[in-house]
Amino acid sequence: MDQRFQLLPDQASTFAPRVDLLYLFLWSVTAFFTLLIFLLIVYLGLRYRRRSATEVPTPMHGGTALEIAWTVIPLIIVMVIFFWGAKIYFTFYSPPADAIEIHVIGKQWMWKIQHPEGRREINELHVPVGKAVKLVLSSQDVIHSFYVPAFRVKQDAVPGRYTVMWFKATRVGEYHLFCAEYCGTEHSRMVGKVIVMEPDAYQAWLVGSPADQSPVVAGEKLFKTLGCVACHAVQAPTMAGLYMSQQKFTDGSTVVADDNYLRESILDSTAKIVEGYQPVMPSYRNQISEEQVMQLVSYIKSLKNPPREGGSTQFPAAPAPSQR
Amino acid sequence: MTTDPIPAQPIDFDPVESPRDNYLNVNYRIKSWLLTVDHKRIAILYLLGITFFFVIGGIFALMIRLELLTPRGDLLKADTYNKMFTMHGIVMVFFFLIPSIPAVIGNFIVPMMVGARDLAFPRLNLASWYIYILGGVFTMIAMVSGGVDTGWTFYTPYSSVYSNTHVALTAIGIFVTGFSSILTGLNFIVTIHKMRAPGLTWFRMPLFLWSIYATSLIMVLGTPVVAIAIVLVGLERLFNIGVFNPALGGDPILFQHLFWFYSHPAVYIMVLPSMGVVSEIIATFTRRRIFGYKIVALSSLAIALIGFFVWGHHMFVSGQSLYAGMIFSFLSFFVAIPSAIKVFNWTATLYKGSILLATPMYYAMGFIGLFTMGGLTGLFLASLGMDVHVTDTYFIVAHFHYIMVGGAIMGYLGGIHYWWPKITGRMYAEVPAKIAAFLIFIGFNLTFFPQFLVGYLGMPRRYHEYPPEFQVYNVMSTAGASILAVGYVIPLVYLLWSLKYGRRATANPWGATTLEWQTPSPPPTENFLEPPVVTHEAYDFSALSPEVLAGHFPGSASKA
Repeated sequence: MDQRFQLLPDQASTFAPRVDLLYLFLWSVTAFFTLLIFLLIVYLGLRYRRRSATEVPTPMHGGTALEIAWTVIPLIIVMVIFFWGAKIYFTFYSPPADAIEIHVIGKQWMWKIQHPEGRREINELHVPVGKAVKLVLSSQDVIHSFYVPAFRVKQDAVPGRYTVMWFKATRVGEYHLFCAEYCGTEHSRMVGKVIVMEPDAYQAWLVGSPADQSPVVAGEKLFKTLGCVACHAVQAPTMAGLYMSQQKFTDGSTVVADDNYLRESILDSTAKIVEGYQPVMPSYRNQISEEQVMQLVSYIKSLKNPPREGGSTQFPAAPAPSQR
Repeated sequence: MTTDPIPAQPIDFDPVESPRDNYLNVNYRIKSWLLTVDHKRIAILYLLGITFFFVIGGIFALMIRLELLTPRGDLLKADTYNKMFTMHGIVMVFFFLIPSIPAVIGNFIVPMMVGARDLAFPRLNLASWYIYILGGVFTMIAMVSGGVDTGWTFYTPYSSVYSNTHVALTAIGIFVTGFSSILTGLNFIVTIHKMRAPGLTWFRMPLFLWSIYATSLIMVLGTPVVAIAIVLVGLERLFNIGVFNPALGGDPILFQHLFWFYSHPAVYIMVLPSMGVVSEIIATFTRRRIFGYKIVALSSLAIALIGFFVWGHHMFVSGQSLYAGMIFSFLSFFVAIPSAIKVFNWTATLYKGSILLATPMYYAMGFIGLFTMGGLTGLFLASLGMDVHVTDTYFIVAHFHYIMVGGAIMGYLGGIHYWWPKITGRMYAEVPAKIAAFLIFIGFNLTFFPQFLVGYLGMPRRYHEYPPEFQVYNVMSTAGASILAVGYVIPLVYLLWSLKYGRRATANPWGATTLEWQTPSPPPTENFLEPPVVTHEAYDFSALSPEVLAGHFPGSASKA
């Protein structure tokens, strides 16, 4: 690492130039007004120094036009900043549908990562350049935050729920990965690297080590060994086509069956009871690890079409424009 | 400095030096201080407590800066470092910044400014000091018996489940101290409503009263919420009651909502009183009514009100919904407007004023510059797409230090210098005071400006170790902190020195218009020899006689 004096971090994602442009605009506004006020104060302070101890300047009361001007002009400026920032944030919250979905679990003090093909890594994240990558984050203990400065993205990993972030890397290279939410003793060592590779190299890397099972396969196995299959598809709601469909509950409320809903239904199975069913499913809280939950969710998400037996037409797949 | 110093003459309410009783010499016994119900003596008690905590918090800050001089964690262990920044935050926020101006300057000045003999509830006032000290004792015990490492924000479930440090004891300390803040706020609200002198209408009130009033509203309405949040952390920690811990069915994000519902407005508890002090100083040292007085007064209330609806901007990457983020961002930009209005109005007040560049004015001008910078960098953080990148980095650290140190502490020091003659009856020494103010300004900027840059480069806050490419900024920061430390020590020396050797102050050395200057320095226990009556709006300098205006012109009169 060198000691060059840089003002912007590497620009390595599609977000980076957009955020940097806003950053430069904000600094222009800040510099303009800070210098304006500072120079005015110094100038006026010297120009109108007290000439005699008993001097009293002629009273001056406010000017309505001035007050309106310095209310409205800042208002216009901040509204521009609001919409500009919100637009970037909106993109940040809208991962493309074809993004590669990678699972990330934070724990004191490491990042555990698993790719859809099964390859696992710790404190390193390999991603292909030019492809959208979506990270589904959770935490096994306290709140962490997945931060890649070169991508200008950050998202907290919160225990008990899934959060999502995405990016599209634009430059091959190695970039810092930091935990940005204070998480205890070794917080500053919960760091790693994001390695952006050419797509071919990424494919080669994915198969380059004894393959772990993909989360979907592992989830399917769990689905059997945990006994889920005994009820689901028979007297319990089937899983096929469930993901992102509209669910109706005994209390009349509805919800779109997203990642967090699936997670909740596994761990807190009686929180929401699907209309027409009894609250008989046991809770799997403290029975299975955070990773196993993610694998089960992956498996359920993979069951996109009704299976051959049919019978799941009560869960029409909802159009899913956004996954948040 | 000036051409025709008019000798300070004794005028009717202004016996320059008389052997009469004042609130300081009326009784010297320790008991008369510890059981006093005189708001002025209670202010002195607070001053001692707050100075103590400022020194403690400052030592923690220096340890942090020394550790960060090098990228490796070579001075402190990781756990020790984490405790340092946690206790720095807790001490500085809860035991220094929040009580600083309200409890010291406010306690001393508010009753005098409204023309009253004391606050509405003098005994409650004394009780609030004891509560503050009690909270401080709990927190100090927690610190010397091993400390706490959660960060001053106490985020769950780290604080409620995972931390092995003295969270509960510290939480009790903060909880207890919160009541001191509530009672002080209550006292100010009632005093300002019920005890104003005849003729002192709302829009004749000095702007310091407006800002203290707005601050008190936040103290009374906001503090209970953080108190509840802290109690819930304690309950979860001690009795495993699931509130925030997801393993017990709780919601860790709920804590952030409760915490920031108070702690964002708490930023305004810290900076609004400084704004009030700055308004007083600028009026007096320009001999001008503050430009747009009414708008400046009402903008304090606007800040207090809007400040309650922006807390979610601390949580843009916490996983809260897109639309919650949008609403909180939108509202956050609105809190910028009344702050901007104040800055423009203060600046306009200078135009064609009669400006005396004494030390308080140095601090006021420094405040405006640094607060402008702090406020504008707040726009970066209110902006959603930008905040995602810079939140939880040194950019945040730099921003809130510009507000809390550059803003709040500059205002506090300005106020201490401005009212020092009134409080002690002595003038401070102008030359070292100006040197210190200058050092503080330079040291402050050198400490915190590089943190904006290194924050944008991605250096996360609360990092004991960091990648070596960030070192150059950290070296600058540590160098600046050293200058800042010197700047803070100098006033401690010359202010103490002035107690014995400073020139004696006249009743109204600056030629100010507000009521506290219309009684001897230091004031008698009952504040005013006769109850004052107000016949003018605030800052009507044309109503002052030349003798009063001449006051005690620094540098013009001989030493006592």
